[in-house]
Amino acid sequence: MLGEGILKGLAETARNFVGSYVSKERLTTVEYPEQKIAPVEATRDFPFLVYDGKDWDAGLRCVSCQICEKECPPKCIFIEKSKDKKPDATGKPQFYPARFDIDISVCMSCQICVEVCPFDAIKMDTEFELSTTDRFGGLLLDREQLAKSNEYYHQIHPTEAAAVDARLAAERAAAEAKAKAAAKAAAASSAANPAGGEA
Amino acid sequence: MVERLDQLFVLLSHWLVSFLPAGLQQAGGILIGVVVIVCLYPALFAIAVLMERKGLGRMQNRYGPNRVGPYGILQPVADGIKSLTKEDIVPLSADSAVHFLAPLVVVVTSFMGFAVMPMGRNMVLVDLDAGLLFYFAMGASTELAVFMAGWSSRNKYSLLGAMRAVAQMISYEVPLLLSSLAVVMITGSLSLTKIVAAQNSYTGIFPHWYIFTPWGFAGFLMYAISTTAETNRSPFDLPEGESEIVAGYHTEYSGFKFALFFLGEYVAMFSISGLGTTLFLGGWSAPFSFLTWIPSWIWFFSKLMLSICVFIWLRGTLPRLRQDQLMNFAWKFVLPLSLLNLLVAAMWRFLGDGWERWVFCSAVLLVAYVVVGLQEMRSDHFGPRSYRYVE
Amino acid sequence: MSVISYILAAITVGGGLAAVLLKNMVHCALAVSLAFAGLALLFLDLDAQFAGFVQILVYVGAVAILVVFAILLTRSSETPKDGGVFSPTWLAGLVVAAAVFAVIGWAVLNSVGGLSYETAVPAVTVQQIGQELMGRYVLPLEIVALLLTVATIGAVIVAMHEKEDAK
Repeated sequence: MLGEGILKGLAETARNFVGSYVSKERLTTVEYPEQKIAPVEATRDFPFLVYDGKDWDAGLRCVSCQICEKECPPKCIFIEKSKDKKPDATGKPQFYPARFDIDISVCMSCQICVEVCPFDAIKMDTEFELSTTDRFGGLLLDREQLAKSNEYYHQIHPTEAAAVDARLAAERAAAEAKAKAAAKAAAASSAANPAGGEA
Repeated sequence: MVERLDQLFVLLSHWLVSFLPAGLQQAGGILIGVVVIVCLYPALFAIAVLMERKGLGRMQNRYGPNRVGPYGILQPVADGIKSLTKEDIVPLSADSAVHFLAPLVVVVTSFMGFAVMPMGRNMVLVDLDAGLLFYFAMGASTELAVFMAGWSSRNKYSLLGAMRAVAQMISYEVPLLLSSLAVVMITGSLSLTKIVAAQNSYTGIFPHWYIFTPWGFAGFLMYAISTTAETNRSPFDLPEGESEIVAGYHTEYSGFKFALFFLGEYVAMFSISGLGTTLFLGGWSAPFSFLTWIPSWIWFFSKLMLSICVFIWLRGTLPRLRQDQLMNFAWKFVLPLSLLNLLVAAMWRFLGDGWERWVFCSAVLLVAYVVVGLQEMRSDHFGPRSYRYVE
Repeated sequence: MSVISYILAAITVGGGLAAVLLKNMVHCALAVSLAFAGLALLFLDLDAQFAGFVQILVYVGAVAILVVFAILLTRSSETPKDGGVFSPTWLAGLVVAAAVFAVIGWAVLNSVGGLSYETAVPAVTVQQIGQELMGRYVLPLEIVALLLTVATIGAVIVAMHEKEDAK
């Protein structure tokens, strides 16, 4: 019947209007910035560099392989490789980034840098309140601003961080086991060789 | 005491005017009335804008503005300051004389409508014999101003918006006039004070407002639809819908001129709701006979604000109508029904008192509504969807 | 004649003159609406309320809109070429206008007769106009209504044919 839909719509909006005063959970907005909605786990905003341990300079996982710089679509990552090498978490000497800048006014949060990193060194942050009054330097985040600890990573993406930690620990254990087996084999062959050499 | 309160403003104006010499007293009275109208309705406009934003917000399950002042009541002040301090940009190729005059004409013609509206007992600025005709004449002049605004901006969107707005206003002018004509026919006068006086009587506790008669109810509905279209309000706001045509005919206006257009639109809404109140809802008369001790101007303004709330409610509920849909609606649905309403009002008058005329008139109107409504709802030009795929 | 009548007459004549002398077509249309409004105010000055308000409603509210729509839809806003405002046969136009003015003026002056403009005119209410229209002048009213209906139907037919041709 003509006009029926209008009446139903009017009843719906009237219910919304009255309900918004009566029941607080009907309102879908929160009073930002006094109240904030907690972000979901899969939220992603801009990248950050993960470091293990306490010292951000020494524990950075990034080895400056520059794969993320090459893969980044808008080319917002600027890396300068260091000249010397530093030992990483497993003790192996690796290069480290002397300079790692991300221009977040260019970054489009596509997460490609995270996907291609072989060392789980760069992950997506959930921080979005990054506005600044300095429009040239304020949006260029350098190495120190980007470095955040592994505990922070666990806080914002718990399941992901747990998976990454498990995988890294497994790799480290496998590497250690291989080293031990190699050492045992080397010791066995060196023990066998002099015996063989004498005979 | 009750009469003193009711005639408070009349007595106040008489007292003020008594300071003037006798020759100037009539002019002084009118001047005081004009000053009051020009100060009161922009204040009501500020309240209405706030009500609209908060009301729309609550209807859409969100808060309205609530930062400026407690519960956001100072928001209109902030809006006013913003529009006054913005730069007034006039496009280089725009017709500067017409561009400047258009918002002025809109505001002036919108305010002129208040000259004949009875806002309370004995509270009409000019009691014209042809008051209703004056009101519609002023409403018609608004259309020319809208066209001036759209044309002078030298902008495709403005021109398109202006043409659509003028076409819409013209098509809905006819049902507006016809639905008011039924009231004039029954009252026997074009004077708004006489129309209110004819509705000011009571049987028992119920008033004789025209909305409580079959033809009055149908007429009121058609009047409401036509006023929503005349003032370019949702769901008929295609000419100024922000998502459709940038801002229609006021695209190229910034700062205070835009505020004037906005003011003109809301003042037109007030005046046309005031007219609807006068014609169908009994003007300044009380809804029940035991409530006549409340002053008449309070009733008038309450009914006015209630109409504004209904406008806001409609805006929050309905999606926008497309141009051809709204023109179809005007010419094929509202116009025939308003002509029939005129006939039904005549039948009402000549069937004499009694329950027969209620039944007969309601039956005729309902049957017509159902028949024409079903005709409109018939969507034989929309079959089931057919899909064509690329080979 | 009071000062107000002179001012209103000046507005009307000014609007009419502007309507023929301005270069921009839309300005001309707006000037002619000003002339209509001035005419309406003259009616009101002579206490003919109904005529004045209907003049505004019909002329300013509908005829002026019709004129501007016609300008919009048939030609763009450019001003005409130099000297294009006046037609080459302006002398003939002037003679015809003067002749019409002379005829109308003669008719008005002869019909007024011995009446001086100070005799009181009975105030005509809308009700009296309505009664005259429905009583003594009902035949002209119906003929005008028929004419308007024919015009409306003709407009619809003209518009419909155009759509069919476009197919």
